[in-house]
This record gives sequence, structure tokens and C-alpha cells, in this order.
Amino acid sequence: MSGVLVIAEHRQGALREATLECLGAALALGGEATTLLLADAPDALAGEITGRTHGLKLYAHPDLAAFNPELYLPVVMDAVKALQPSLVLMPHSSQGMDLAPALAGRLGLPLVTDCTGLSWNDGALSVQRAVYGGKAMQELALKPAATVVATLQAGAYQAAPAGAAETASESVTLTELAPRHARRFLEYLAGVVEDVDIAEADILVSVGRGIGGPDNIPQAQALADALGATLSCSRPVADAGWLPKSRQVGTSGKTVRPKIYLALGISGAFQHQAGMKNSGTIIAVNSDPRAPIFQVAHYGIVADLFEVLPKLSERFGG
Amino acid sequence: MKILVLVKNVPEVAEAELEIDQGALDLEDLEMVVNEWDNYAVEEAVRITEASGGEVHLMTLGNEDDEDVLRRGLAMGAHAASHLCDEAFDGSDPATLARVIAAAVKDGGYDLILTGVQSADLGQASTGVLLAQELGLPHATMAIALEPGAGEVVVTRELENNTSEKVALPLPALVTVQSGINQPRYVSIMGIRKVRKMTIEQIEADDLGLAEESLGAAASMVDSQSLALPPMGEGAQMLEGGLDSVCDQAAAILREKGGLA
Ligand SMILES: Cc1cc2nc3c(=O)[nH]c(=O)nc-3n(C[C@H](O)[C@H](O)[C@H](O)COP(=O)(O)OP(=O)(O)OC[C@H]3O[C@@H](n4cnc5c(N)ncnc54)[C@H](O)[C@@H]3O)c2cc1C
Repeated sequence: MSGVLVIAEHRQGALREATLECLGAALALGGEATTLLLADAPDALAGEITGRTHGLKLYAHPDLAAFNPELYLPVVMDAVKALQPSLVLMPHSSQGMDLAPALAGRLGLPLVTDCTGLSWNDGALSVQRAVYGGKAMQELALKPAATVVATLQAGAYQAAPAGAAETASESVTLTELAPRHARRFLEYLAGVVEDVDIAEADILVSVGRGIGGPDNIPQAQALADALGATLSCSRPVADAGWLPKSRQVGTSGKTVRPKIYLALGISGAFQHQAGMKNSGTIIAVNSDPRAPIFQVAHYGIVADLFEVLPKLSERFGG
Repeated sequence: MKILVLVKNVPEVAEAELEIDQGALDLEDLEMVVNEWDNYAVEEAVRITEASGGEVHLMTLGNEDDEDVLRRGLAMGAHAASHLCDEAFDGSDPATLARVIAAAVKDGGYDLILTGVQSADLGQASTGVLLAQELGLPHATMAIALEPGAGEVVVTRELENNTSEKVALPLPALVTVQSGINQPRYVSIMGIRKVRKMTIEQIEADDLGLAEESLGAAASMVDSQSLALPPMGEGAQMLEGGLDSVCDQAAAILREKGGLA
């Protein structure tokens, strides 16, 4: 096989959308796409993949209900050796970050992560990725290799459309799993109970590290009050405890789609953008004209947010 | 518990104007700071040893100027530090870096190795887990809580959409630390001055018995690379004028799009 091997991802009984995006990338690259789906009951998850991959291998074992790299690795390594794909592809997710480098390390394969674009160039892989917090784009031309392991940034490719491929599936019941190390999955934990649900707000005033410290939060709150808006934030603000975690927008926080998203002192790293880029109108205030937030915003203001905050509040009677 | 933390200096880019010089970021005018995620990892390690004894060792791979990232960690309470520094390491890919670091730590007798989830510069999130493979250790990424116990560590891993999971790893193990796991302590200039005299172990390629041709660009998976800044003027419509005018325009947009009076 010279095609792409996709490692499917699922959690708590649902296939993860990012898997379909990997299939979209696989189909865009051309050639055969084969998907490995490891689960306790893979048949129940196979529906969405069928019609979007050429080959589908379903591996069933009760211990595969939750992801565990030690249980995945022997199965995936065997499949890579047997199929010899040019590319092994999976999402750049909490699962992909745990699995891809381990797979590449154990097989001695080249590894590229968080890719936003992939293409073949005379049998060698070219890769695009965002670096330096999204302020620059990196392009890598890899040396020719039989197989490359790659993870894909969420949203970089469209999900493969249904019916894009005719699927031949095959079921394998695993009697034994062969972990190298005794890592054990214990339990899932649900997120914190919220004080407010930022996903429900019509207008979000969202603050990033540029807000400087907890003492400045009241200024942003004052504007939010004047607008009848809710206060949200980027990750560093929640990490530092300036606002509760439930206010965090982004891949590891909440996805929001308010009518208006007013971003103050947020650089616009990919993980933040992923949670807000579909907002109705995005207005960004940042002192750095090159901040990546201006690539997704509809309106941009290059200014010190502490000058803008009081003036804007004033205009709404605050 | 004997804990090793890998730390790295990265350029502070959030507010800086970036320039590209021969396909790479021009570091000339950029301030180097501890990688945010590594800072959380150092804090976590120091807290574990403060609570239940043991030692924290730091290691960085970088050029001579990067020694300050080790001094900073020592000021936070780490006990010892090693500096992998050799021109032969320049241009190495993460797999090679993992091999170099593995050669330096394999006989260290560490119970736990911590790294950041990723480094803020290239964001590859690869070196830690690759290192675990080189050392034959179990690993877990994205830790937002660590509970070390007898012979194992329970790791709370952050997953997507506000969920997380708990997994148990037998020790010794490698864990990558996510931001927000703790509140890192403040490091003062005085604190750094106090650790000025602590010796930092210097390690070169020769000390590790690594041949030069197995290192650097020659051994890298990458044939060539380039870096580009996104084009200016794409994306947002920039509001122009003085501060008052800009705020008037913003207020008008808020009124129109937000249905505000
Ligand atoms: C696995 C993973 C998951 C993540 N999940 C999330 C997530 O869910 N949500 C999230 O937000 N991040 C997430 N991140 C972190 C993300 O990569 C960035 O580090 C983070 O979004 C940066 O936040 P920021 O923009 O507030 O800070 P910075 O990047 O530090 O940007 C601060 C900005 O403020 C501007 N500024 C400073 N002072 C002023 C001023 N006075 N006036 C105007 N502008 C000013 C600066 O120019 C800069 O652009 C995640 C990272 C990882 C690795």
C-alpha cells in the first residue's frame, strides 16, 4: 500500500469529527485510505466512516472502550508493518499527541505534528504548520521516507463527504492485547459546573493575557455591563485564576458563536480561534498589528486596550 | 522521589515584531523566556518534592545563553541542573533531540520525568513522548493534575471540550504538563542571584558518545524548511483614525451588529 492509514478517534461512544477531517486530508492526497478503528464495539461507530475510506479495519476488545496508547500501539504498529502506508494520519488532539510520537518513536519513523497542509512532492512529504503562536507559517520538505507519521490540526481540512469512497471493511476480534507498559485508564471527569454559560451569550467581551492582571478585570467587566455582555477569556487568564475556567474560550474550553465577540488583548493562537472563529461579528483590539487574531476578526483596532476600554464603556453610558 | 524536568528557552513573540532571516526567525531583538509549559512543570516538580521529599533536576538543550532558564528553575527550588550544549546539536529534529537527551539521562535513576506539553516556538509536542520511547518508559501527555503514589502516578489528562480523564502510570514514567496545573511561584532577581554560584553540569556530544553524523541537520528528517509571515492586510477591516474616532466606529458596529440602543 502506498496510501494513507488513518487512526480513528472516539470518546464516550461517539466518533470524533476530527477523524473525518483526517479522511478528508487522506482523500485530498489521493491514493487508498485505510482506517483503523479500535473500540469495544467498533461496529456501532463504523457508520460515519463507511463511505469515506477505502479500507476499514475494525478491532474489537472490551478494554478498547477508552483510549490507551499502550493498547493501541501494538495493533497500529502491526498494521503499519503489514500495510506499509506512505502516511499514518491522526488528529492533533489529546489522543494524537499521546499516540503519534510514541508510534513514530517505536518504529523509528519521521514525525510531523499539528499540520495544516500536506502534499506529496516527488515522493517526499511537504508540510505546512503554524508556528510562534500563529505569527508565522512553517513549510517543511521532508527527506524521502517509506512511511511518515503526521497529526492534523482540527479544521485544517474539510471532513470527507459521505460517499467519497467505496468501503471494504474487515473485522478483527482481538483476543489478547499486548501493552508494553501497564498504563491504566481509570475514569472520565466532567468539566467544572459553570457560574455562567458563555456559549449562551449574545455578546462576549473576551480578555486575554493583555489584560495584565486580576486588578484590571473590573474595567473589562464594566464594559461588559454597559453592553449587557458576558465576560469570557483566553486560556492564560483562566490558568492564572483571573477568571474561572468556565469562562475560557477555545479547544480546551468552550466553543462560542455569539452575535459579537470583542477580543481584548488576545493574540489569537489556533487553540483560541478554534473556539470563536464562527462568531457573528468579531472585533479585535490588540497593540500588535501582526497579531493572528486580526486574520479571523471582521474589524480590527490596533491600540492599547486600556485606552479603548474606558472610551467604549463611556459610549454605552458606562 | 527523584524528578527530572526538561526546560527550554523560547523567544517571547506575543507583542514582538517578527523578522525572518534566511528561512528562520531572527532572534536578535527578541527576549528569551522560559517556555510557559515548562514553567508549570518545574513548579509541579518542586511542589512534589516539597510535600514528600526528593530532588528536582533540570536539563536544557540549548546554546550558551540558555543557561538562564536553568538558573531560573534553580531559583524556584530545583536542586541541580545540566546543560546540553554543543554546536553539533544545531538543526536536530525532535527524534534526534530525544536520542541526545536519552543518552544524558538514562543512568540518572529518575522516578519521574516532566516536560511541558509543547514548546511555544514550534509547538511540535513531540520531544517528551519520543524521549519516553527512547528510555522505554510509559508516558502520559496533557497533565492537569498529578498524584504520585507508591510505585505509580495518577495523571489527570485534559481532553477536548471541557472533559478530562484519569490514568495510572507505573513509575518510572514520563508526563507532559499542561498550563494551569498550578500557579507557578514568582521568581525574583534576588532569587536568581542566590543560585548564581550553583554549578551547572555541562554536557557535550562527546561526553555522550554520540557521533556527529548522527546529530544535527545531517540526521534530520527535514530536507529543507522555510518560514513566512502571514500577508498583512488580509482578514480584518482595520478601523483607522484617532482614538475617539476609532471608538465611535466600534460603538456603531456594536450597536448595529449587536442590536444595541
Ligand atoms: C493543548 C492546548 C490547548 C489549548 N487550549 C486553549 C484554549 O482552549 N483557549 C485558549 O485561549 N488557548 C488555549 N491554548 C493556549 C494557546 O496556545 C495560547 O497560548 C493562548 O491562547 C494565548 O492566550 P493570549 O492570546 O491571551 O495570550 P498571548 O498569546 O500572550 O497574547 C497576548 C496578546 O495581548 C496583546 N496585548 C498585550 N498588552 C496589550 C494592551 N495593553 N493592549 C492591547 N493588546 C495588548 C499582545 O499584543 C498579544 O497579542 C491551548 C494550548 C495547548 C497546547
